[in-house]
Amino acid sequence: MSSIKITYHNLLAKWHILTGHKLFWPVFMAAGLVFCIAVDTFDFVDLYLQLILIYVGINIILTVSLNLINGYMGEFSVGHAGFMAVGAYVASLLTVHAFPAGVQSLLFPLAILAGGIGAALVGFLVAIPSFKTRGDYLAIVTLAFGMIVKSVLENIDAVGGPRGLLGMEKLTTLPWVFFWTALSIWVIRNLVYSNFGRGVLSIREDEIASDLMSVNTRQVKIIAFVVSSFFAGIAGGLFAHALQFINPRMFDILKSTDILIMVYLGGIGSISGSIIGAVIYTILLEVLRPMGIWRMVLMPLMLVLLMIYRPRGIMGMKEALMFTPLRDLVTEKLWRQKKKEAADATD
Amino acid sequence: MAYIFQQALNALQLGSIYALIALGYTMVYGILTMINFAHGDLFMVGAFFCFLIAVYLKLSFVPTLLLSMLAVAFLGVVIERLAYKPLRNAPRVSAIITALGVGLFLENFTLALSPYPKHIPPLLENITWTIGSLSISSLQIIVIVLSLVLMLILDFIVQHTKAGMAMRAISWDKTIVPLMGVSVNKIISLTFAIGTGLGGAAGVMYGLAYPVIDPYMGIMVGWKAFICAVVGGIGNVRGAMIGGFILGAVEIMVAAFFPSTYRDFVAFTLLLILLIVRPYGILGKPQPQKV
Repeated sequence: MSSIKITYHNLLAKWHILTGHKLFWPVFMAAGLVFCIAVDTFDFVDLYLQLILIYVGINIILTVSLNLINGYMGEFSVGHAGFMAVGAYVASLLTVHAFPAGVQSLLFPLAILAGGIGAALVGFLVAIPSFKTRGDYLAIVTLAFGMIVKSVLENIDAVGGPRGLLGMEKLTTLPWVFFWTALSIWVIRNLVYSNFGRGVLSIREDEIASDLMSVNTRQVKIIAFVVSSFFAGIAGGLFAHALQFINPRMFDILKSTDILIMVYLGGIGSISGSIIGAVIYTILLEVLRPMGIWRMVLMPLMLVLLMIYRPRGIMGMKEALMFTPLRDLVTEKLWRQKKKEAADATD
Repeated sequence: MAYIFQQALNALQLGSIYALIALGYTMVYGILTMINFAHGDLFMVGAFFCFLIAVYLKLSFVPTLLLSMLAVAFLGVVIERLAYKPLRNAPRVSAIITALGVGLFLENFTLALSPYPKHIPPLLENITWTIGSLSISSLQIIVIVLSLVLMLILDFIVQHTKAGMAMRAISWDKTIVPLMGVSVNKIISLTFAIGTGLGGAAGVMYGLAYPVIDPYMGIMVGWKAFICAVVGGIGNVRGAMIGGFILGAVEIMVAAFFPSTYRDFVAFTLLLILLIVRPYGILGKPQPQKV
């Protein structure tokens, strides 16, 4: 038993040394990007697999961004799919109707960005009721918002109404998904560990106390909602151009529930948890596809069991060292230890 | 005039179904401060039990209603015991996510067993009386009267019986009540049984009023009933009834005077405005946050 424990610790230490290296993130990012570009140009990976990877990326963006509100700020937002819908429609309308044909793939990032900004504007509106309402009542506000978005989209004939919108080219490629995913993780991770992020956490712990400690809670709430909805909009734009077809029903309450499940499966208040949750949920759903409808029976059952035995989710308020500022400190210590051991060994 | 009266009757019918479901949300919330998101799906299961009993056992209306209520109440208690009880001391959000999971499970399990929408056979002879341009169906009257009777019974239980007193006491203070000799587990089970039983009754009545049922019918109705509970002030039994009738009235009136596709939009916008003006619901009391 003890030997297993030691090896586990050794492995963990090695993992920390690896991920804590100064060059780890740059190298990892560059390698990921190169890999994605290679896959995209040479097509050596199955198309189906590529699509799954794209969905994994989109789901990571959605999960990490929702975690900012539900995990770090401690509110219960149930309308994330609504922001996603805004982003998806804005981006698709731009690429289908506004951008000239031919240069669409060049202007694609602009469309995605516009989708994110559109969603962020709507997120700003949703943040206003959150000044006064909290908890379950705020959950209702976000829920109603999600339903209003769906209902409005169904009633505007110019965007296809309930029939939906099509005509998008397949512009969402693996490198772009990788880029936006990395960007969202980077931005939200840095926000959480910034001065602003401390404000977000203090709202979760005690709003009145944080107000007394001169945290500008209104400003913090607005920024959190705007950032979160911005990335939800980005994910929506990517989603629309991966599927090449959207309709309002795709962004209903079931989609929001999906995102919620990924957040709480991975564990709230943890970026690594969000990533793990999104990856596991997306891949598991695909792996279990041969089971047909029974996989949809099995998944919630597994979720309930997980919640009973691990109520805080997989990571649950814990963060992988590689995402924390502590990383540099700890790994430097490990490096020094290793150097010392090496020196001792040569002596 | 007759048109408005006609619509008011429709509003009462829809509102009483919403109110019955909202009661389940609000009772469970009052006692556990937990939103039972599986409640809308228990309502759906009630409609399916009604279908099974009516088709395979060929019982008449009253035994069908009672059996469905019993079965759903039993299911509710089992769900509470298996899924929610282990989480009673866990963070609130885990319980909510578990409830979402249970709801999804119920939906998809029903879908796996019955992939096609089902049609509930008419259990009651539907007589329509016509007074001038106004037509009243016996079904509408039965749904409204039956829901009102059930609500009165519930109100009596909560306000005037020992068990009801224990429920109110638990929602007031969870730590001191067990010391007074109240078995918290029993009361919670009873609350779940009553709340989900009412949801099951709502399912049967919904099935009578709108006879085509499918496994996903509980989602929208459930969320709307939740909204009713919140509008009335969640945790407040009378508030849930009022909220149900308000939402029913708003939905029917919007559909009566605007294109019916605007129904959800207007209903939810009104609710948003109400919540911004009165964030704690109509009968709820503002709870000052303590530091």
